[in-house]
Amino acid sequence: MTAEATHHRPHPTPRDYWVIAFILAVITAVEVAVAYIDALDFMIAPLLIVLSAAKFVIVVGWFMHLRYEAPIYRNLFLIGIISTPILFAAVLFTFGVLIGN
Amino acid sequence: MSVDLATQTTEHDGHPDPSVMRKVAMWVFLGSECLFFGTLISTFLLYRTRTGDGPTAEEIFDIPFTSASSFILLMSSLTMVLAHHAWERRDARQMRVWLYATALLGMVFLAGQVFEFTEFVHEGLTVSSSPFGSSFYILTSFHGAHVAVGVIMLLATAFMSAGGKLREDEGMNVELVGLYWHFVDIVWIVIFTVVYLLQV
Repeated sequence: MTAEATHHRPHPTPRDYWVIAFILAVITAVEVAVAYIDALDFMIAPLLIVLSAAKFVIVVGWFMHLRYEAPIYRNLFLIGIISTPILFAAVLFTFGVLIGN
Repeated sequence: MSVDLATQTTEHDGHPDPSVMRKVAMWVFLGSECLFFGTLISTFLLYRTRTGDGPTAEEIFDIPFTSASSFILLMSSLTMVLAHHAWERRDARQMRVWLYATALLGMVFLAGQVFEFTEFVHEGLTVSSSPFGSSFYILTSFHGAHVAVGVIMLLATAFMSAGGKLREDEGMNVELVGLYWHFVDIVWIVIFTVVYLLQV
């Protein structure tokens, strides 16, 4: 999608924001429920991570308007978002494996 | 990147619009904050099982209570985006109402965090009781400090508007405060999952 097209995408209305908030509340409720359902123990971590990522994307995309913004803002934020798991892995590997914490 | 910035110039003789530059700076800041919290979260993950003689996460975390706190912070993102929307409609009075609501929800979240910390201390988890305690308190306290700064920014913006000191061409202030506030919310989304839900 071009920057031009991104700029002209219509912003959500207040009604849309309420709907988005409702979806976020439902996802949070599902997260809490999942944490208590023993039958889902074998897949609890991936499930919670997916649900959390969904909330993250919804807030960043709609509430922070990143999906309506010029690509430069998205790219700047993506640098941080992409670097974080790399840093995450580096810290865990260095202190968890190499040093043996 | 330079091409994008060049397309966002206004009447300032081809120079980038200062408000655009402020927004760029805010997104760079938020990107760097991802790394900051990423480090704290990974440190917590390293030490989460090193509880020593102190209580474990499973023993002390009160998930229903923290879920309610998370819900409150999530809803503050809704009130924040409604404040921004009101500003875009040039409805300063409505914007202030939503800003005050956001600040109030932020303060309720902080009060919940203070209550939670007090309970944990009574149950034997202090910042010096174990590596788990240290990493937990440092991570959640830094997030709480960010929320506190956000509340101050929200109230300052609302008071400036009420005093007529927020001009129409300063709408970027509301947008930047909003970006910061939403970021604080998304950090909590990650903390709630990784620190609380995955540990019980």
